[in-house]
Amino acid sequence: MIKVNNLSKTYNGTTVLKINDLEIPKGESFGLVGNNGAGKTTFFSLLLDLIQPSSGEIVNNGVQVNTSEDWKPFTASFVDESFLIGYLTPEEYFYFIGDLRGQNKADIDALLVKHTEFFNGEILNNKKYLRDLSKGNQKKVGIIATLIGNPEVIILDEPFANLDPTTQFRLKKIIKELADDPNVTVLVSSHDLQHTVEVSNRIVAMHKGEVVKDIKTSAETLRELEEFFAV
Amino acid sequence: MLEWKAFFRSASFAKNLALKILMGFGAIYFALLFIAMGVLAYYGLKESFPDPLVVINKYLIYYFIFDLVLRLALQKMPVMNIRPLLTLPIKSATIVNFSLGKTYLSFFNIVHAFLFLPFAIVLLINGYDVLSVILWLFSIIFLFYINNFLNIILNNKDNLYVLFLIVVVIFGASQYYNFFDVTLYTGPFYQSLFDIKWMIVVPLIVLVVLYYVTFNYFKSNLYLDAGLASKHDVAKTENFTWLNQYGVMGTFLKNDIKLIKRNKRSKTTIFMSVMFLFYGLLFFGDLIAAYNNPAMHMFAGVFVSGGFLITFGQFVPSWDSSYYGLMMTQNISYRDYLNSKWWLMVIGTAVTAVVASFYLYFGIHIYLMILAGALYNIGVNSSLVLLGGAYTKTPIDLNSTKGAFGDKKAFNIKTMLISIPQLGGPMAFYALGYYLINPTAGLVFVALAGVIGLLLKNKAFDLIVKIYKKEKYAALDSYKQKSA
Repeated sequence: MIKVNNLSKTYNGTTVLKINDLEIPKGESFGLVGNNGAGKTTFFSLLLDLIQPSSGEIVNNGVQVNTSEDWKPFTASFVDESFLIGYLTPEEYFYFIGDLRGQNKADIDALLVKHTEFFNGEILNNKKYLRDLSKGNQKKVGIIATLIGNPEVIILDEPFANLDPTTQFRLKKIIKELADDPNVTVLVSSHDLQHTVEVSNRIVAMHKGEVVKDIKTSAETLRELEEFFAV
Repeated sequence: MLEWKAFFRSASFAKNLALKILMGFGAIYFALLFIAMGVLAYYGLKESFPDPLVVINKYLIYYFIFDLVLRLALQKMPVMNIRPLLTLPIKSATIVNFSLGKTYLSFFNIVHAFLFLPFAIVLLINGYDVLSVILWLFSIIFLFYINNFLNIILNNKDNLYVLFLIVVVIFGASQYYNFFDVTLYTGPFYQSLFDIKWMIVVPLIVLVVLYYVTFNYFKSNLYLDAGLASKHDVAKTENFTWLNQYGVMGTFLKNDIKLIKRNKRSKTTIFMSVMFLFYGLLFFGDLIAAYNNPAMHMFAGVFVSGGFLITFGQFVPSWDSSYYGLMMTQNISYRDYLNSKWWLMVIGTAVTAVVASFYLYFGIHIYLMILAGALYNIGVNSSLVLLGGAYTKTPIDLNSTKGAFGDKKAFNIKTMLISIPQLGGPMAFYALGYYLINPTAGLVFVALAGVIGLLLKNKAFDLIVKIYKKEKYAALDSYKQKSA
């Protein structure tokens, strides 16, 4: 589904990302782990054409992302708060995204009903604009919004950060469900090794912009990762 | 210390040093202007009144109320940088004094010195009693600081300045039409500050009391859930379903309407368009001689209907800066996005052009001028501001009202160059027709330029879309740095 060839990103002579070859097949649940500055967000930003690669390219489902915009219809993402529109209510935001993704109001309402539990009564009909919600609740909105319109590629940067334990648990359930769908490729990045191991069937660890580990998740994975990051 | 660092380290600091120098010159210019006014006020009034000071004192009440209006509308309390200080070992009294102290040196306090100090000096030169003049001057300064504190206390009330503005207008009107003259009561008070030496005690006491009130008010509110809490609006979901028939463009229009309705910064564009609408009165009402020529009239003609287009359009796409990442990864084509902004500006221009029909009072030709200007706005300027917007990479903090009167950080050469044909074009076209053939031909020229622009709109949009794409990464990068 996603192919990375000789990708690198350099700022003022400092290389912050260098991935020679990485392939993520369709339907995979891909976990990206690493410390601060490892290049996780840089990689996702390149994948979403938010920054330009210094060399190489990323091909998403046959579309080279920095030359064509045709990857947008089947790719959904939530990277940070800049993906939310602060002056909208959550409902308005969902309908807005729905409009852009060709979904009608009934489709959105159905999706929202399905995730009532995840919202925990703190999102809908609360008479609050997104800018006035807490960080965690904003994240809930952003994550559910990526599910609108059945995208084939879903990219979530640090989805577990700022969420309370119950919501983290519920989010894992949602991501696992997506992972079980053979048509959906999920990319998740996180600092939290355990969460990532639980939801991903493949884990890539990055360090200083390079891929240092690439493992299929097994019973051993968590221990292996913990050994790697324990310095 | 902290404030200086915030100033020097803001992302826009180095970039706009040249502009800052330019603004410095502007400030000096206005300072000199004020000084000149202070000096000349005496001699100007002396010609028709026996005692200029009495005249000044008579009308001082308006000056003070107007000062308060301006402060309420524009002067803001600096509270944002207080939060990190709360948990540090600093006495809360110090924090309050620090933030109050910052207002003492505010532009709004200093500026009056340029007017009143020279005036007082002129009074001394002309043989007024030295001690009385000094006491009067200090009383006036105290009164300005009273305004300063009043502003701080009243600042939390929205739109209060409108109320005061209405008060000024009512007083002014009733004085003009001899119903009720407020200056009969206030004039003697200000005069007594000069005549009676101990009267200075009155403003001084008020000032001290206000200081304590403000100080205690702040100190007791120095908690995150009290004075430092950000206000939350009660949100209501609006669907504007009638816009659904316009497809993707309707979707964007819905958003833009909400954008304008729900954010302070964007609401000011509406306010500004109303100001622009009436700005034309200065030109057509023959109030200022320098404005009374055909080219300047056309300038106003464009202005009257173009207020919204100029104030809103120049910040496309900056309005969407805080969620530009979303816009760039969603299923959106630049053309649809820009088209919806374009339509919004066209609707805005059309509505103001209709409202401007009261200019018919000045004759049919004047109104036709405004209509021709509107046509030029729709045809040419709408595309031009969008083009300029591509180079304006200033993130907009939607909640702040600062910078509503021309965001200084949005200044750059390219935007400047693009804005020349916005007003210069129609002026030149009109003057050309006016002097070569006749005034009607001038109108036809301007309108024709608008129509041609409209016909070429699609071509222009091809170009604009290309530029937006090219500028995308730079825009994303600068939007990430929140405006300091």
